[in-house]
Amino acid sequence: MAVSSIAVQPRPSILSRLAESRNALGFGFMLPAAALLLVFLTYPLGLGVWLGFTDARIGRPGIFIGIENYEYLWSDAVFWLSVFNTLLYTISASILKFVLGLWLALILNQNLPFKSFFRAIVLLPWVVPTVLSAIAFWWIYDSQFSILSWALQQMGLIDHRINFLGDPENARASVIAANVWRGIPFVAITLLAGLQTIPQSLYEAATLDGASRWQLFRFVTLPLLTPIIAITMTFSVLFTFTDFQLIYVLTRGGPVNATHLMATLSFQRGISGGQLGEGAAIAVAMIPFLLAAILFSYFGLQRRKWQQGGGD
Amino acid sequence: MAVIKREKRPELDEGGMGYLQSLPRRVVTVYLPLLVFVIVLLFPFYWMTITAVKPNLEMTDYVNFNPFWVVHPTLQHIRYLLFETSYPGWLLNTIIISTAATFLSLLASVFAAYAIERLRFSGARQVGLAIFLAYLVPPSILFIPLSVMVFNLGLYDTPFALILTYPTFLIPFCTWLLMGYFRSIPFELEECALIDGASRWQILTKIVLPLSVPGLISAGIFAFTLSWNEFIYALTFIQSSETKTVPVGVLTELVRSDVYEWGALMAGALIGSLPVVVLYSFFVEHYVSSMTGAVKE
Repeated sequence: MAVSSIAVQPRPSILSRLAESRNALGFGFMLPAAALLLVFLTYPLGLGVWLGFTDARIGRPGIFIGIENYEYLWSDAVFWLSVFNTLLYTISASILKFVLGLWLALILNQNLPFKSFFRAIVLLPWVVPTVLSAIAFWWIYDSQFSILSWALQQMGLIDHRINFLGDPENARASVIAANVWRGIPFVAITLLAGLQTIPQSLYEAATLDGASRWQLFRFVTLPLLTPIIAITMTFSVLFTFTDFQLIYVLTRGGPVNATHLMATLSFQRGISGGQLGEGAAIAVAMIPFLLAAILFSYFGLQRRKWQQGGGD
Repeated sequence: MAVIKREKRPELDEGGMGYLQSLPRRVVTVYLPLLVFVIVLLFPFYWMTITAVKPNLEMTDYVNFNPFWVVHPTLQHIRYLLFETSYPGWLLNTIIISTAATFLSLLASVFAAYAIERLRFSGARQVGLAIFLAYLVPPSILFIPLSVMVFNLGLYDTPFALILTYPTFLIPFCTWLLMGYFRSIPFELEECALIDGASRWQILTKIVLPLSVPGLISAGIFAFTLSWNEFIYALTFIQSSETKTVPVGVLTELVRSDVYEWGALMAGALIGSLPVVVLYSFFVEHYVSSMTGAVKE
C-alpha cells in the first residue's frame, strides 16, 4: 500500500525499483520469446545467408567461396525453371484462390440457413494437415485408378484416362488445383470476416440511390474490403510462394522438373543431395520475392489507416 | 417502357436486402454455387474415408463395383495400420511434440504480448513490428541453416529438435494474436489494481489472464494445429522411424514400393486428421476468430 502513495518517497530498494521500471520489467518479460526467436529464427536467417556463400556439405563445415553458388545457379537451367514454376504456381493459384474465395465469401455472407454450419464445413480443407490431404489428392490423381478420370469417362467427356501427374502440363495444373482447393477456405473465411464489418445501412443507402447489384459490389463492397483483401492475399501469396509440402507429396518436382518450386529444389539439392551451400543459396534467392510481398502488405496496412481517417 | 420497369424493379429491391430475393433466383445465385463449393471442398475427405474402409478387391475393380460406394466395408487397413506399423508411435510423438511446442510458445507469448502491449517499454512498438515480421519468415528458407544448427547442438533425430524450432513460427503468431486480446482489456482495471498495490505479476495473473481466456484458447488451438500439420522441419530433422511425426511417417514409411497400399495410406491420413478436426469442431468460433484476428490486427 505504501509503495503507491505519492506523498511518501523514501528511496526504494534496487529490487523494487527494478520491478517498477517499465524497461527492466519489459526486458524480463520479453526474454523467453526474444531468446527463442533470436536463437532459432534470426541467427539461422543469418547463417543461411552465410551458408549460401560457402561450399558446405552435410557433415563438412565448408569454406567461403564468394558468390560461386550464385554464379552456378545463374547458369543452371533447372534453377531458372524452378523460378518460372514458382511464379506460375504462385500467380495462377493466388488469382484462382482470390476469385473463388471472394465468391464463396459473398455467398456465405447471405442470409443462409445453417450459416455457421456451412462456415465450419468450408474451413475443413484448411484445418487438415496439408500432407495428409495431399496424399488423398495423390490417390485422386492416380494414373490408373483416378476417380476423376473414371467419372469423366462415365460421363462420356473423355475417352482415355488423364495422366494427371505424369505429363508436365497436367502435373502443373494438378498441383495448382490441389493448392487452390486448400487455399480457398482461408481466403473465404478471412474475407467473410471483412464483409461482416461492412454496415448494412451502406447497402440500403446505395440501393435507395438506385445502384445495381454490380454497382453495390463495385462501389460499396470492394473499396471497403480492399485493406483486408491486401493483407489476406499477401499472406496467401507468401504461403503459396514458399510452398513445399504439396509438391513434395504429389510430384517431388517431377516430371522432368516441371513442377519443381524453389523450396523443393532447395530441399533436393541441400538435404537430399547434401549440397547445403547450394540449397541455402536457392533459399536466399527467395528472399527478394518475399520482401516484395511484405512491402505490399505494409502499404496495404497504411492504406487501411488512411481510410479509417487516421493520420499517416 | 413497362418492360424495362418490370425488369428494374426487382433489382432495386435485392441488393442490400437479400431476403427479398425471389426463390428461383436465390437458388441459382446462392444455393447452387454453394452446393458445388461444398461438394468440391469435401470430396477428398469422402474419398479418403471410403478408400480407408474398402477391401483391396473393390478398390481396383471399377467394372464390377461402383468406386463411389463400398459394398463390403472392412477394417483391415485400419487394423494393419494400428497393429503392424509404427503408426501409434507416430501419433504419440506428434501429440507430445505439438503439446510441448504449444505450451512453450504460449508461455513465452503471454509475457511478450503483455510487455509489448501494456508495459510499453521504450521500443515496444518496434519490437511489435519485429514480431510481425518474424511471422512472415517462412520455414522453407530456414530449414537448411536450422538443420545445421540442430545437428551441431546434438538435437538431430530427437523430439527436442522440433519442440525448440516450432516456436519460431508459433511465438510470432501467438504474440500477435494475444496483443490484440490484451488491447481489448480496459486500462482502468489495471490502474485500479495498481492503486490497490498489486504488482505487475499479480495484475498479469489475476486480472489480464483470466480476462483473456478466449484469446488463450484461440492461440492454443491454432498453435497446436500448426504444429500438428508441420512437415518440412519434421522431414529434415528426424531420421529414425520411431521418432517421426504422423505426416512424415505416413509419407515416408507407408509408401514403400511401386505397389501403393492406398487403403492403409488413406486410413493413415484419415486418423492423422481426426485429432485436429475433433479439436476444431469443438472450438470452431475460437479457431475462426484466431484466423481472422491474425489478419485483421
